[in-house]
Amino acid sequence: MAITYEPIATTTLSSAAASVTFSTISGAYTDLVLVCNIAQAASNNSLRIRYNSDTGSNYSFTNLSGDGSTASSGRDSNLTSGLVANTSGSTSLELVVIAHIQNYSNATTYKTHIGRGNRAASATDATVGLWRSTAAITTIDLAMGSTFPSNNFASGSTFTLYGIKAA
Amino acid sequence: MATTYEAIATVTVGSGGASSIDFTSIPATYTDLFLHVSARSNRAAQLDYWNLRFNNNSGTNYSARWLKAYGVNVLESSSNSGADKMFIGWVNGNTATSNTFASTSIYIPNYAGSANKSVSSDGATENNASGNNDFELGIIAGLWSSSSAINQVTLLPAVGTLLQYSTATLYGIKNS
Repeated sequence: MAITYEPIATTTLSSAAASVTFSTISGAYTDLVLVCNIAQAASNNSLRIRYNSDTGSNYSFTNLSGDGSTASSGRDSNLTSGLVANTSGSTSLELVVIAHIQNYSNATTYKTHIGRGNRAASATDATVGLWRSTAAITTIDLAMGSTFPSNNFASGSTFTLYGIKAA
Repeated sequence: MATTYEAIATVTVGSGGASSIDFTSIPATYTDLFLHVSARSNRAAQLDYWNLRFNNNSGTNYSARWLKAYGVNVLESSSNSGADKMFIGWVNGNTATSNTFASTSIYIPNYAGSANKSVSSDGATENNASGNNDFELGIIAGLWSSSSAINQVTLLPAVGTLLQYSTATLYGIKNS
């Protein structure tokens, strides 16, 4: 049986870091899956992403979120980084973000991801993000907050990128 | 290339039904756990609810926050804390459309670590009905406040028992 779900790279932070990068991502897969378990140096920032180190205003998102009392939706466009999940982190290792990045290696279409953010003390959300580029994704940078970063990832945070093959 | 996404165990409920689905002696050799569930309860209602326990722990160590859609243009977000089990989703009850089973996907990262265990769950009950409370679709963030490695996962319907053909498969995922 063909193995179709493979770990590409994993990072466990041994000290605080402003960002995490997956580089030289092979184009050998169909889709990517990103699994993150995050603590922050300070609270209340969401996970952001940049593809291929692109800092242009090429990102947008639409989001559905619940904070335990209010259900809400939102969106924004022409951003300099993409939103992976709207749920904010804390100093505890409790923010879980899972993102699926579809058809990431084609050089024809813009790229989308679907993110799921979870922290039981804060919120749960689903987010779709768009990167308006036809370039194949070869690098992923992650940081907390829209100023990329607004503050650091804390020690102990884990990040794993998986590749999925269609066949 | 290493196999990194492995089926640990599958449970299929037999003709007598079951009060729970239990995965025991889960090895610590994976990075994350992923649980896929298809289930229906004998509760005499359109819906029942899922709860989850780790390591058979019934202490008040569980909390959850969720967002759900039900009916037409109805969205709601709620939470709980200090619970003795984790709310993890929705199950079709026995007055729901026959032969219809709820789907739930539960992701548990770093289950063998020493930090508190955060959980991501996506679930839905579809049903050929029109009442606002006849079907629900939602996402859930759960937390088990424990430093223990997870070696047992138990799925518990809130009211009824699980009907025949309910199934659950536990997968282990390695990051290397």
